Amino acid sequence: MKKLLIAASCAMAMFAGGAQAQDLRIAFDVPYEPFEYKDENGELTGFEVELASAMCKELEANCEFVIQAWDGMIPGLLARKFDLIMSSMSITEERAKRVLFSDPYYITPGGWFGPESFNTDVTDLEAMDGKTVGVQRGTTMDTYVTENMHSAVTIKRYTTAEDMVLDLEGQRIDVAFVDYPVGEQTILNRDGYKEVGEPVKLGEGVGVAMRKRDAKLAKEINAALKTLKENGTYDSIMAKYFNYDIKI
Amino acid sequence: MPDFIVEWLNSNEIFTALTLMEYWDGLVTTVHLVFLSLVIGLIVAVPLAILRTVKNPFVSGPIWLYTYLFRGTPLLIQLYIIYYGVAQIPGIQETFWWEIFKEPLYPALLAFTLNTAAYTTEIIRGAILSTPNGEIEAAKAYGMNWFLRMRRIILPSAARRAVQAYSNEVIFMLHASAIASIVTIVDLTGAARNIYSRFYAPFDAFIFVALIYLALTFILVFAFRKLENHLLRHQRPANS
Repeated sequence: MKKLLIAASCAMAMFAGGAQAQDLRIAFDVPYEPFEYKDENGELTGFEVELASAMCKELEANCEFVIQAWDGMIPGLLARKFDLIMSSMSITEERAKRVLFSDPYYITPGGWFGPESFNTDVTDLEAMDGKTVGVQRGTTMDTYVTENMHSAVTIKRYTTAEDMVLDLEGQRIDVAFVDYPVGEQTILNRDGYKEVGEPVKLGEGVGVAMRKRDAKLAKEINAALKTLKENGTYDSIMAKYFNYDIKI
Repeated sequence: MPDFIVEWLNSNEIFTALTLMEYWDGLVTTVHLVFLSLVIGLIVAVPLAILRTVKNPFVSGPIWLYTYLFRGTPLLIQLYIIYYGVAQIPGIQETFWWEIFKEPLYPALLAFTLNTAAYTTEIIRGAILSTPNGEIEAAKAYGMNWFLRMRRIILPSAARRAVQAYSNEVIFMLHASAIASIVTIVDLTGAARNIYSRFYAPFDAFIFVALIYLALTFILVFAFRKLENHLLRHQRPANS
């Protein structure tokens, strides 16, 4: 009798386990204002963090937020250190070979930033001949400049935006082509710098990255993101952080 | 490159003709940078090492300070200070110095040269100090003055003792040059990082570059062994 009871309770525990909320660990690379950063109390916050929280509520999942440096993002995901990346990872063909992306949940344009004295049309390859352009290594801006402008300009690739801004100040580069919000935070708030060209929408936007085998999870996430975009939750989070539209 | 090789290369994802050219350019930059800094470093180090052994503290003191500073701080920090620090000096952009410091190659070359010269100075100084007294006394007995003793006896003898330690310094310098990629120089490591960030394939990009470094090290080790055999042939047992 006792054995039977134990067996029954085990079976029940297993069923209960099946219905239990799933655990998801989500990785962010901080600070990347206003997408993910720590506020003055040291709490993780930002557009993507709030969107991730809302998504977890929608999925009825227990979410844990993990901080991971950018260089180790995809290796960390593949090594199962975490299950999702929601750290402004643009969807690219090369990345899609290693990870599975959800539908895009935002897109920010690339912005051209330079000193006040810069008056060249950045879309005119002949005028740009001989100029030096700074980009962040591996970004969609890097790919764009590498593919479209390498014949005319010298490209300098930086690991961090800070290093690039230092070289822009030091006049080692003539113009920086960076993710618009990054340029807004690091270049436009300095004296003597301005936007020097129209923002360019590049790539397919930013998606949630997960391991290739998690196809079922991807479907659930796509459904959750769709609901958030439609029921107004997405818009209210976006309005907290941006004065321009990044919805896709 | 011949067409059929290009075609064959393009059939795999990562190691296309384009990426191999990037690695090749990186190799050229690395060899160029390391070779120049080693040669200039050695030329600077020999007189510094001799002056470092002089008894007058006003001569040897500043050289001691220089080697202490450059051996006492990481090369990465030295490169940061020279590359980013110099750009922050007010008004430097208007002087002719900026023509030199604008490009990342010269700040890197300067940092590498000063660093390797500091180490080489100490290596040669150690070798000079360990010259057997008998050799110096014999030279004095022949009536050689200081200059002649240095040129004919001490330096050739010290060079033989320094060559093994110096071969290590050369290999360290090759590997330390990997940090040049921090200041936008596309050396071997810079090429590997570009390719890694494009394909998100850390193993492929970095193992390939590691193999190139291994090959370079092999060439260096081989060359130094030949050199040692040549310089130390008097120490070999007879009939071997």
